[in-house]
Amino acid sequence: MSEAVSDPAPPVAPSGLWHQVRKVLREPLGAFGLGLVVLVVLGAVFADVLSQYEPAALSPRDRFLDPSTAHLLGTDQLGRDLFSRVLHGGRIALYVALVSTAISLALGIVLGLIAGYGPRWLDNLMILLFDALKSFPTVMLALALVTLTGPSLTAVMVVVILVNVPGYARIIRTQTIALKTSEFVTAAQSMGASSARILRVHVLPNVIGPLVILASMDIPVVIAIEAGMSFLGLGVRPPTPSWGSILNDGFANIRETPWIAIAGGLPIIITTLGFTFLGETLRDVFDPRLKGR
Amino acid sequence: MTVLTIRDLNVVFSTEAGPLHALKDVNFEVPERRIVGIVGESGCGKSTLINAILGLLADNGGVTGGSITFEGQTDLVGLSPDKMRALRGERISTVFQDPMGALNPVLSIGRQMVNIQYRSGLSRAEKEARAAEMLELVRIPDARAALSRFPHQFSGGMKQRIAIAMALMMEPALLIADEPTTALDATLEVATIELLKDLQEKIGCSVLFISHHLGVIAELCDEVVVMYAGEVVERGDVRSIFNDPRHPYTRRLLECDPARQSSRTRNLPTIPGEIPDLRARPRGCVFRPRCDLAVDTCADPQAERDLGGGHQARCQKAQGLTNTMAELGAAT
Amino acid sequence: MSDEPILTVQDVQVTFPTGGMVNRSSILGVAGVSLNINRGETFALVGESGSGKTTLARAINGLQDISEGEISFDGGRIDTLSRRAMKPIRRRMAMMFQDPVGSLSPRMTVGDLVTEPFRIHGIEGRNLREETARLLSLVGLPADFASRFPHQLSGGQARRVGVARAIALDPALIIADEPTAGLDVSVQGEVLNLLNDLRERLGLAMLIITHNLHVVHHVADRVAVMYLGRFVETGTTEEVFDAPSHPYTAALLSANPEPDPDKARERISLPAEVPSLLNRPPGCEFHTRCPWVQDRCRTVAPMPEPIGTRRVACHAPLAPGARPPGNQMETA
Repeated sequence: MSEAVSDPAPPVAPSGLWHQVRKVLREPLGAFGLGLVVLVVLGAVFADVLSQYEPAALSPRDRFLDPSTAHLLGTDQLGRDLFSRVLHGGRIALYVALVSTAISLALGIVLGLIAGYGPRWLDNLMILLFDALKSFPTVMLALALVTLTGPSLTAVMVVVILVNVPGYARIIRTQTIALKTSEFVTAAQSMGASSARILRVHVLPNVIGPLVILASMDIPVVIAIEAGMSFLGLGVRPPTPSWGSILNDGFANIRETPWIAIAGGLPIIITTLGFTFLGETLRDVFDPRLKGR
Repeated sequence: MTVLTIRDLNVVFSTEAGPLHALKDVNFEVPERRIVGIVGESGCGKSTLINAILGLLADNGGVTGGSITFEGQTDLVGLSPDKMRALRGERISTVFQDPMGALNPVLSIGRQMVNIQYRSGLSRAEKEARAAEMLELVRIPDARAALSRFPHQFSGGMKQRIAIAMALMMEPALLIADEPTTALDATLEVATIELLKDLQEKIGCSVLFISHHLGVIAELCDEVVVMYAGEVVERGDVRSIFNDPRHPYTRRLLECDPARQSSRTRNLPTIPGEIPDLRARPRGCVFRPRCDLAVDTCADPQAERDLGGGHQARCQKAQGLTNTMAELGAAT
Repeated sequence: MSDEPILTVQDVQVTFPTGGMVNRSSILGVAGVSLNINRGETFALVGESGSGKTTLARAINGLQDISEGEISFDGGRIDTLSRRAMKPIRRRMAMMFQDPVGSLSPRMTVGDLVTEPFRIHGIEGRNLREETARLLSLVGLPADFASRFPHQLSGGQARRVGVARAIALDPALIIADEPTAGLDVSVQGEVLNLLNDLRERLGLAMLIITHNLHVVHHVADRVAVMYLGRFVETGTTEEVFDAPSHPYTAALLSANPEPDPDKARERISLPAEVPSLLNRPPGCEFHTRCPWVQDRCRTVAPMPEPIGTRRVACHAPLAPGARPPGNQMETA
């Protein structure tokens, strides 16, 4: 539009991680989101330090205690310390979110590159597969899988991966197709580069950025899927703490005390908001083209 | 009367690395029924100038001084978006490098050309007749039938001619043509330029023609404005600029044109150095860092020197640089 | 060095499939051309969009399959080679693409870009850092450019990086597709001078593809002018320039005029559009646009005939300095 962006030898813009972080911090929403995320992560990492109670330790005498200095969030129907359960539940949530997102990304990238760069028939086949997978509602998929394998953390992660991969692969595929005929890829072909090298060195670095940003925005969705499945008893098996199962306990015992439901719900809200704000800021700062997705 | 008068125009963009002075003290006029060419290389401020005239500067940019007077009365700087839009539709029209910017791919040519005339008060049949007439003027074969076709059914050259027809349909006072022939093949370019010249005479409008191509400017324009790094370094009628250039930049630029080298040479002239960073303009003459004639006093602010007959050059040596291009060529 | 040409192209045709499952057919992008390039020689392919010049270049480089003919490089046939067998050939034949910046991988540094050929061909034992410095200095870029990214380069600088990458493995032949495309006039000369200089220092052969005949004038030894996938005129650069014999060559030459307002009227205008490859005209394929067209041109295809060093495919080759007949004459 303006020549401010097209003047002949553009100056070397400051780069580096710190500069990028400052860009995010300059946005109020981004700084807030980052703060919430850091809070949740620290809570999960230092769960053992922050709370002296075992998350699964029963204490029948201390049932339904209100919050106090001894039990910051009170106790549940079995007398377990809710603060400790929330912190440890955060571990599970973040573990599921990060591991399954990382696996989804890896699978999505590989499949997307193959579909985008490979022969036409393979692309058509893979697209058919992705669409078929995408057309399953998440809950149905989860129910079907758990019926087969029984509830487990692995089942949650497999569901998340099955839900995420088709979308990621499609994004990578579309961009790969666009780059396939670009001059720098043709130039690499003319130099004799193998397909694997072209994909790894010339295509991947140019398609991965937007996907990572989108994936970071998907993290709250993953956390919600984990909580949701655990809520329904399809995920983490008791007594392992999970925000979903705490929430479930809270609903079952809502007549006795609201604190269990609050303890289960609040961290989900905080984490979701944190990752959403952070992801949106990352997107706006690094890739304004994705705005409105 | 002059159709467009630009006085001391300054445009500044705010960027992460500080303010960028994209246009500095730009002065020139577009007289009635004349074709004025703006020539310069990338980064010279051509596009910023057009955007400033059309009120389309990017959000981080603004006019910080000067005026753009249209038809002697309206100052386009600070004009409300509504008024600007009204002017753009009827009195000022534009043609760009890519004709698809002007053509809607999903509407037929006829439909689009009728839509443009929504303010004309003509009946639908009259509007269609007018559209067909315009297509004939731009030499689209079988104009009547062409109205029902879609943009993708025309070749690149035809699309650009249709865009020109649409731009001139409302008989604007000023046509701004931004590199309209750059994307076309050289042999089509000739025909398109001739067409533009013909139409300008028929309609009696003025044209502000932006190009990096010296030959095209020489062929089409009555007057020429040479820009470098956001400044007008030289302006005057086409013969003064091409036969008697007085600014060292203009002279070097003309030398560089491969078509100007009639004898075969393995060592083509170039202008060494880079365009200055517009965030940190050199003091005085903006071409000083690359100029082989520069002396100490070139670091002082340079005024435009009047060389008679409307020929101006922003160089203190302008009066002395009188040897013609032919002599320059003989000397090298 | 042997006298055998480094590259021989014999009657090469390239076809593209068109249409769907039902009305499958094919169009001829390159319709049977032959050329040879000697060691150390610069050969230019000139033509406008759709002339097939880029397709031919891609075919020579093995990026495009050919349907007829033979291509030999350095004494061995290469058009039948598998992708794997072609790899060693690519060390000796480098290609430069049109877009100076767009042909560089955007996320790689200049240093990585110019040494990518070494990595692709697994050439170990060379200090890549030293190679970067050597290559950058050969193309006249400061060594600290190695850490820059393509978007931090101007068009001319990016083009130099492209040249550095092309000469990295000491090729015997460089194919340069529009080496001056997207560059300012003042930088064009720089790039052409650089190519000339490297050619002399490294003894390269070059195939330059361009639409601008004037660019060719200063770099090429021989020229082939292409129209709709065929050569209409070939010969030494001097002869073609001094007295173009094919009307299309003459039109191309006049299409990029000297920047001289008094000479501009001598252009040869070709009002009609380039015919579609789907619908090749009968007889001489240029007759639909030729100002000198005669009756037999419409029915009989001319065969290339020798005129001096040249071969010209025209029934009525032009005498030197010929002007278009009456009705096409420009009004001065």
